[in-house]
Amino acid sequence: MTPLLQVESLSKFYGNHLGCGEVNFTLWPGEVMGIVGESGSGKSTLLNCLAGHMAPDTGRVIFDTRTNGPRDTVTMTESERRWLARTDWAFVHQNPRDGLRMNVSAGGNVGDRLMAVGARHYGDIRRQAQDWLGRVEIDQARIDDRPRAFSGGMQQRLQIARNLVTGPRLVFMDEPTGGLDVSVQARLLDLLRGLVRRLGLSAVVVTHDLAVVRLLADRVMVMKDGRVVEQGLTDQVLDDPQHAYTQLLVSSVLQV
Amino acid sequence: MSEAMIEISGVAKRFVLHNQGGVVLPVMEGAALSVHCGECVALVGASGAGKSTLMRMIWGNYRCDDGSIQVAGLELCSAEPRDVIALRRTKLGYVSQFLRVIPRVPTLDVVAEPLLAQGMDESQAQVRARMMLTRLNIPERLWSLSPTTFSGGEQQRVNIARGFIQDWPVMLLDEPTASLDAGNRGVVLDLITEAKVRGAAILGIFHDAEARGTVCDREVDVTGFTPARSAA
Amino acid sequence: MTDYNFAYLDEATKRMLRRAILKAVAIPGYQVPFSSREMPMPYGWGTGGVQVTAACLVPEDTLKVIDQGADDTTNAVSIRKFFARVAGVETTEATARASVIQTRHRIPETPLTEGQILVFQVPIPEPLRFLEPRETETRTMHALEDYGLMHVRLYEDIAKHGEIARAYAYPVRVEGRYIMDPSPIPKFDNPKLDNSPALQLFGAGRECRIYALPPYTRVESLDFEDYPFTASKAAGQVCAICGAEDSYLDEVITDDAGGRMFVCSDTDYCATRVAAQAEDAA
Repeated sequence: MTPLLQVESLSKFYGNHLGCGEVNFTLWPGEVMGIVGESGSGKSTLLNCLAGHMAPDTGRVIFDTRTNGPRDTVTMTESERRWLARTDWAFVHQNPRDGLRMNVSAGGNVGDRLMAVGARHYGDIRRQAQDWLGRVEIDQARIDDRPRAFSGGMQQRLQIARNLVTGPRLVFMDEPTGGLDVSVQARLLDLLRGLVRRLGLSAVVVTHDLAVVRLLADRVMVMKDGRVVEQGLTDQVLDDPQHAYTQLLVSSVLQV
Repeated sequence: MSEAMIEISGVAKRFVLHNQGGVVLPVMEGAALSVHCGECVALVGASGAGKSTLMRMIWGNYRCDDGSIQVAGLELCSAEPRDVIALRRTKLGYVSQFLRVIPRVPTLDVVAEPLLAQGMDESQAQVRARMMLTRLNIPERLWSLSPTTFSGGEQQRVNIARGFIQDWPVMLLDEPTASLDAGNRGVVLDLITEAKVRGAAILGIFHDAEARGTVCDREVDVTGFTPARSAA
Repeated sequence: MTDYNFAYLDEATKRMLRRAILKAVAIPGYQVPFSSREMPMPYGWGTGGVQVTAACLVPEDTLKVIDQGADDTTNAVSIRKFFARVAGVETTEATARASVIQTRHRIPETPLTEGQILVFQVPIPEPLRFLEPRETETRTMHALEDYGLMHVRLYEDIAKHGEIARAYAYPVRVEGRYIMDPSPIPKFDNPKLDNSPALQLFGAGRECRIYALPPYTRVESLDFEDYPFTASKAAGQVCAICGAEDSYLDEVITDDAGGRMFVCSDTDYCATRVAAQAEDAA
């Protein structure tokens, strides 16, 4: 089996300040990896470098493309990267407003990626949009409503539908449950878990919420000040943390 | 004798508490045992002697500092996360004392999940889940509710249903009969016996001596693995 | 009037414009930036078109200027007079006689021929502008052919109105490559863009962009397979003056009591037909 994503000594600086440094990991098909750490630890910088939103200063990000096998996404052309971003990759933003077209209907939002890869049959696009609204538990009668009229949880589910409609193989998630009420979070987590399992997706999930990591991720990477301080099996890292920072992080979670 | 599904030797474990002055707590040393197909072995020893620690090391959520832990042929001490994940998906089952689930997910789905993770078709998995829940006397009216609201005994039974829904070759049981009434205890012991008959290798912690006597073939006392307290 | 250089602009400016035009012709549908000059008329009155026309004119040319199809409205009359004065070229209202035609928002009904130049006045050259406000991003989108957004807009139209509701400035794809705004011509005129024997030039003065369709360029109007493009006009109406069924019609309100009539928007086409009918009758 070929790894889906191989990251080799990836670093990103903001001037003299380290964004993230010397990150190495391998993600296999079907794996979900969590990245945890507090604000400013470099986890979002890392995610943006992986997803091609930002160019790293050093290192390689090798993605196993469908047609040409493993390719370094850092050195490929912008058009190749954009093509990946709308076919094999998905990016779920913390704030659905960043990931949705707020002045385009729900159906148009889901159909966007289809049209971007060349779908030109209105009826087909609409059927697929309807199907995906159903899969993320949005009433199909609301296909022509704009996301503005949706609740936060619905917007987030719409963002997920919009991302998954082209059948990506790798999903990047930046605090996917971040802005949601606790009760809505649970439902979204369950939905994500089901989708990941049914579609055999791989995912990299950035979050500061250890409960989210425990429920979603097979593996976890702990970051502090731009460096990876510990990584491994999720329950091993959370139940038997080795690094001082991880121990502090795990012991700081409020028990309900 | 059939092949050993769990094979442990020279296992040591210590905790380093970085946020408490870097205290090093050695909790285990020279642990060794093996469990073969079709046998059920009980871990015994006083509370705090390290039964649960050893179980967790075999499950893989505790790191092993020294020695070797082989489960169904995989060396856990040096395994990659994905190998451990694959082992847990197909070969190693674990019934813990605590149910850990996503809130608001129906009990039926919670129980069916291990089968879905293996790629079983949803309706088929649900049929199996119904059978397990019926057998463990969870009333059908509760199936569509989340187990997070259930009583301790009900949660434990949901946990067992989930743990036994798949025919694991290796199983770890942490107090499976605790907080169960006599009737349900009998059901669980039957499940364990059935698992043994089909050839599962089982390692368990049973405080309930009678249950232990019924299903366990032998006992391993973990007191012998406790390091000398000289380190303190 | 000899105080002006021929066709108002100095030769250096014309050279700059011609370079931009040549580049535009070489890359059909691509918006070429140029350093637009102040012209003796306000933006929105055809400053882009006038500069392109000035750069194209030679003394032997015959110029026609139309505004929404008409030769006799303010904008058309003043631009025609402007060039008659600063270039001394012959002017005409007959489409077939003209070698250069500057137009605002129409393509003449009379088919154009090889050797003719049609100059469009363009207010907003960027077809993606109302979908994506950042110029850097729209340029990248053109460069990478990242055009899904354009269809999202058409999708929204169908979802909301049951059809693609754009009646003018209907976006086209040029030679299967660049998406282009054909200027605010009615979509009725879109088919005339395709495979035209004439050279079609587009000038946007305020936005400093020139683009072009060389003769015989493939121009397709965007659509969906199940919602194909249709070149529509006022349904079931004929010209009240000449009786034409095939021309684009303007609706003219004739009184305060709801009276109205439909007449050809192309005044030359209408007048030519009326003259021919009078001849036949005679």
